[in-house]
Amino acid sequence: MKRAIAACVLLLVTTAIAPLLADQRNEAKAQVDFGIEVAKRGLWREAIYRWERAIQIDPTYGAAFNDLAVGYEHEGQLDKARQAYEKALQLEPDNPQIRQNFELFKEINDRTGANEKRP
Amino acid sequence: MTAPAPMKSGRNRVLAFAVAVATVGAATLACGPSMFEIPIETPIKAKLDVSSFQRVLIAGFVAGGSDDIDTNQETVRLLRSQLRSKSSLRVIDADAMALQDVAQEQNRTANGASATNEVTPDPTAPAAAQALPLPLRIREEKDLEPYERLFANTSYWRRIGEEYQNPLIVTGTVLFAPNTRSGYVSRDVERYDGFGRRQVIPERSFQERKGFVLRPKFVFIDGRTGATIYSESYREEVLYTAQQNTPALSSYFELMDRLVPNFLSALSSQKVKGTRSLLN
Repeated sequence: MKRAIAACVLLLVTTAIAPLLADQRNEAKAQVDFGIEVAKRGLWREAIYRWERAIQIDPTYGAAFNDLAVGYEHEGQLDKARQAYEKALQLEPDNPQIRQNFELFKEINDRTGANEKRP
Repeated sequence: MTAPAPMKSGRNRVLAFAVAVATVGAATLACGPSMFEIPIETPIKAKLDVSSFQRVLIAGFVAGGSDDIDTNQETVRLLRSQLRSKSSLRVIDADAMALQDVAQEQNRTANGASATNEVTPDPTAPAAAQALPLPLRIREEKDLEPYERLFANTSYWRRIGEEYQNPLIVTGTVLFAPNTRSGYVSRDVERYDGFGRRQVIPERSFQERKGFVLRPKFVFIDGRTGATIYSESYREEVLYTAQQNTPALSSYFELMDRLVPNFLSALSSQKVKGTRSLLN
């Protein structure tokens, strides 16, 4: 009998919490997907707006931070891009795509930085 | 005796349903992300505000290293042609200045002045530096250092600026020198086994390699005041196997090709093309 009650509790918890978490991620994912679609069409500002919405909905969504960083990079907002890449890597440190994006971003920055001096 | 059987089967059904719901939930949460490659163009703002200049003078460079090419002439020619096509500034056509001779002359004047007290030394140049001799042959980086004071001589550059109607002046130093390095080099070797199957095996071997090193320093001077407004240094090198015989001029262009976008980014905004991965 106790086992049956435990199973019911497990069922209730699973059915109540998992969809809530999934809903939050699903809503953020919908924004991310829409952002990707419009970015493919060259509408980068709209894409950035969508990815910013995604990280507001789910601040633990590493892929959304990655996409936002790419968007900022394309718009020349390099400080914001760096912050977003760093956050994406903080959330998903082992993600090879995020790491590669960030390396390419840093390469551009290093290349244009050189060893410069202003009097 | 028959009562527990339906209860057990009911409990199993509950457990099976719970597992199924949990699995679907987990699958929703941990659904594998997709990746989309997308081309991007990163705009890089010009490092210098050159809106107050209409013209640019690539004056010349104190150059040294290899005797195989005239590094001063080649650098002036290359930068002018790049700026003509990739900058809004009008490029002034003039002979490349022999700045090494100019620096030697200024040094002689300064030393003579301090000895005979005939000419007032340039107040912008440090007194101690004026006595330092300038090496006639520039072979390595340290030979270029004494020439740096030429770029701090504001009265000289202001005079050049007046002559060419106050342009932005680009000058500096360029060292293009032969370079040799030995060490272990890894390369992929193609092999076929007994069954004729192709294999690529990395192999390390000790090799002596030779090539060139390019070390330019670009100095940007305001032709109206003669003052340096910005400077930047780069270092690039290329190495070939000992058997390869690459002409110095080819190596020079290969190395300059890598640097030219950086040089241009000081004067005009650039767009760097690349590819990034979007994830969901």
